[in-house]
Order: sequence, then structure tokens, then C-alpha cells
Amino acid sequence: MFRMTNAIEALTLTRNFKDLVAVNGVSFTVGTGEIFGFLGPNGAGKTTTIKILATLLRPTSGRATVSGYDVVRQAPSVRRAIGMVFQDQSLDDRLTAEENMLFHCVLYGVPRQDALIRMEELLDLVGLSIRRKDLVRTFSGGMKRRLELARGLLHRPAVLFLDEPTLGLDPQTRSHIWDYIRTLHHELGTTVFLTTHYMEEAEVCDRIGIIDHGRIIALDTPSGLKRLVGGDVVMAKTADKEALLTAARERFGLPGKLDDEMVYFETQRGESFIPELIKAVPGILEVRLRQPTLEDVFLKLTGRAIRDTGGGILDAMRVRRTVHQRRRQ
Amino acid sequence: MQAFFATVYIIWLRDVKRFTREGTRILAMLGQPLLYLLIMGQGLRSAFKMNIPGFDYLGFVYPGVIGMSVLFTAIFSSVSIIWDKQFGFLKEVLVAPVPRASIAMGKALGGSTTACIQGAILLILAPLAGVSLGLGQIIALAGLMFTMAFAVASIGTLVAARMETMEGFHLITNFLTLPMFLLSGAFFPLNTAPAWMQPLMRIDPVFYGVDALRNVIYADSPVRPYVVAQTVTVDVIILLAFSFVMIGLGMLSFSRTE
Repeated sequence: MFRMTNAIEALTLTRNFKDLVAVNGVSFTVGTGEIFGFLGPNGAGKTTTIKILATLLRPTSGRATVSGYDVVRQAPSVRRAIGMVFQDQSLDDRLTAEENMLFHCVLYGVPRQDALIRMEELLDLVGLSIRRKDLVRTFSGGMKRRLELARGLLHRPAVLFLDEPTLGLDPQTRSHIWDYIRTLHHELGTTVFLTTHYMEEAEVCDRIGIIDHGRIIALDTPSGLKRLVGGDVVMAKTADKEALLTAARERFGLPGKLDDEMVYFETQRGESFIPELIKAVPGILEVRLRQPTLEDVFLKLTGRAIRDTGGGILDAMRVRRTVHQRRRQ
Repeated sequence: MQAFFATVYIIWLRDVKRFTREGTRILAMLGQPLLYLLIMGQGLRSAFKMNIPGFDYLGFVYPGVIGMSVLFTAIFSSVSIIWDKQFGFLKEVLVAPVPRASIAMGKALGGSTTACIQGAILLILAPLAGVSLGLGQIIALAGLMFTMAFAVASIGTLVAARMETMEGFHLITNFLTLPMFLLSGAFFPLNTAPAWMQPLMRIDPVFYGVDALRNVIYADSPVRPYVVAQTVTVDVIILLAFSFVMIGLGMLSFSRTE
């Protein structure tokens, strides 16, 4: 029977490295055309999951499909359907940008005429057209990343995997990379599965899975996740604070709080509350909105901040082991 | 199948392109054979006396130097597989919808090509060794050098497929190349070697490569029976069988998924 397949389906996916459980019974689905992110600290199991989905590692147990194909039994079909941008660079820096791109096209069986046209478009999209004939070794880190992104799209993959696409880049380049990812997603409708440990970057995603110690501990839209830690705080400044408090209680049923300067309201939907408030109560001079961040969410769920490698020596060992395993593959 | 050959081709092409861009490597390639031939050939010439009237040791050692040169270049060209593993480029191929076995084949062919270029440089130096070659011989020698290079590069590929670090790779290949070089019959013929050594020489692929080269270089010479161990046909069959096994194992090694 025909059914719409999700871009990715994972069911109790588990991967052990000897006695270390890198991914522990992870289940999730990613809809076609969605940007889905895995957010978690180093060694949480993000890269291992991506490698299983990209057929580079076998799961110890559980199963997963990408574009409807089983990642173990139908690995060649999965590989045809996906594009991959690895955490560490995977370009040949002794070849030119163009040669790297054409190499990729041969691997994916893109006919030469199409290859030349797409290469043109994609190099343009990532702003590397003028450097096309240059050896990749002369490129900066950000340029290499952009080239890898463009290369990953040459064969028009249904699903694009991005493993820490902005790791080790400066903030400006990082924000450029995200602009490109959004543009690519918008123009080509590719499903994107990405991992990151930068909180603010995970906001790009339609949905985020927070992963820690090999398990998904929360999975929702960014705003859904933030609701876990309480609502937005709207702060308003006005000449008559008492009038504002009364009006808000009557019109919106919101009890406000008060300090010397501002009136505070806690609400689930800060953005839409602000115009309503301004319309309803005249004389508001200044409004501020503070929204919870994903950092707050992670802190609440795990009891620690995402950037400290966390819970001590055991975690440090996990990270080391994962790095080691990564090298062994 | 088409994907297999396309991948083999592109991996081979990449290796050749990288090679042609490395000026120092090409320069070293020009210099090295000259050193081998002049220092080793001339140096050993005075120490070794072959009991063949009118035959110069330099002429005997010349095919040996070609074999040695091909051996070193072919086996160490596989080091690029380790680089590709460490610098991530290999993953680009591993994640692509191509048979992974094609990586082993492409790499072995790439290594053979560079080794063959090295060997070709030595062919130009033939007059220095007092050897004169006809066009037919040169073509035959090029083919044989490639066959030998492929056998050796296949070993390198197999080792590199199983190694993760540069240190590990060099440890194993050094351990392999030195005996392969010494037992190749480059410097002394099989029949003068002590009886215990002869079986060891006979399991060395380079021995068959060097023997094949001598077969062609001395095809019409009266000294041929003294300098070769078996016919060129036997040499080539053994080299091919050896390559077949090694490249097969190398291709298998790449096909595994962890």
C-alpha cells in the first residue's frame, strides 16, 4: 500500500562502541521538506546518529529509513538519496574548487552537461564563482565550508545531512553559512538534517531534538521547547503603571508585576501580545520582550549548560572515546 | 558496473592530477633513479664479478634498479590512502553511491601509473647502463613495469586499507619493502643464492617483475640463460595471479561497513 514516506524515520536506534553506548534507543521522524536539528553537547551521539543514517556505520540494534530506504539493507539507495557535509573537512585541497565539484558529479553519476550547469549555479549561490579555478588549499575555513555545502547539493539530494556545519568558524561566517542553508532549503526544498551544539543556531530548525548521553530528551519546535521553561516576559514602560496593570488584568486576564521602572507580564506568546497590549492601553512608552532561549531549555532538562562538557570525568571520557572511534572508522 | 569503472577512473585521475602538480615529487623522481643506477650500479659493479664472459654487472643490475624504483614508488604511493583517511577526503567517496571496492582499484592503478612514470625515466637512462633497447622492447618493458607496479601497489593498498595511522602504515610497509627489495634478485641471480634463500626469493613478487624485465632486455642475448630464472610468460602469470589476490583482498577491505 502506498503511503507518504517521511524523509527520515528512526526506530529505537542504538549503537555501541564496545562498552560505550553512543546512541541509546533513539526514535524520531523527519518530515519531507523539514529542517530538523539535533542539538546537544559534544559526545552526545549526534555524529554517530548521522553516520548511521548516512550508512557509514551500522546500528547495533534498531532500524532507520532515509527517503523510505532501509539504511542497512538498502544502503546504495540511501546513498543516492542523500548529500552529506561532514564535521571535518572532506575536500581535496590539492584540487581546484571546480575539480572537487566535478569529482563529486562523477561519483554520483551526474551527466556532464548537467554537472557544469549545476556547478555554475551552486558556486554562484555560495559566492565562490570567481575562485572556481583556485586550489582549495588557498581557501579560508568559511570558503571551504561553503564549497562543501555546494558540493553536497550537486546531485540534488532529497535529504541533506549537515554535521556541525559551522564548527570552528567565526561568528560572521557562521551567520553567512546559515543564510546559505536557509536559501538552499527555500530554493530547492531539500530536507535538512543537521547537528549543532550552538544553541542560537538551532533556532533555524523547524523542529529540534535535544540529545544528551545518546538519548533524545526533548523533541519539539523551538518555541514548543521554550514553552517548557515558562513563557515570554513582556516589559512595558508607561506613565500610569496602575492603569496599565488594571487594564491588562481586565482585558487579558494577566496579572502583572511591578517594579520602579516597568510593568512585567508573563505570557506564552510575547510577540502577539505586544501589539494587542499597545492597542488596548494608550500611553505605553516602551516595550521589551525577553524570550527563553534553548540554552535555558537545555539547562532545565539536564541541569547543566550545554557548553560545559558537563558531568565530569565520565563525560570527558565519552568525548575522547567518540573522537577515537571516529578516527577508527 | 558502470559506476565502478567511473569511480576507478576518477580516483585514478585525481591521483595523476595531484602527482603532476607536485613539482618537487617529479624532481625527486628524476633524481632518484639516477642515484640508484650510478651509485648502486657503479658501486656494486666492482664488488660483484659475474662469471659470464663479456657481460658487465651494470647490465645485470639495471633491470634490478628499475624493479627497485617501481617497488618503492608503487608501495609508498598508497600512503595517500592514509592521508585521505586522516584528512577526511575518503569519507566523500565512502558516502557516495559507488561500490567501495572501486576505491582500492582506483588507488592501486593511480599508484601503478606514478611508479610506471618513474620506471620510464629509468628506461631513458638505459645507455648509461650499456643497454640498448628497441621500440618493441620499450613497449614490452612499459607493460611489464605496469604489471609489476600494480602487484606492488595492490599490497600497499591492502595495507593502507587496514591501517589508520601514518606510523602504522610505514611500520608495515618498511617491514615488507626491504625484504622484497633484497630478495628480488636485483643484485644477484637466483641460481647463485644459497639454497635456503631461493624459496624466499620465489615468493617475492618483485623477483618475478625483475625477471620479466631481464627476459625482455636480454631476449636475443646469449647471456639470457644465465640471468633469468624462468620465461616471461611464467613471470607475468605469477605477477597477475599475485595482483589478483592482493587487489581482491584490498577491495574486500574497503567494502566493509563498521
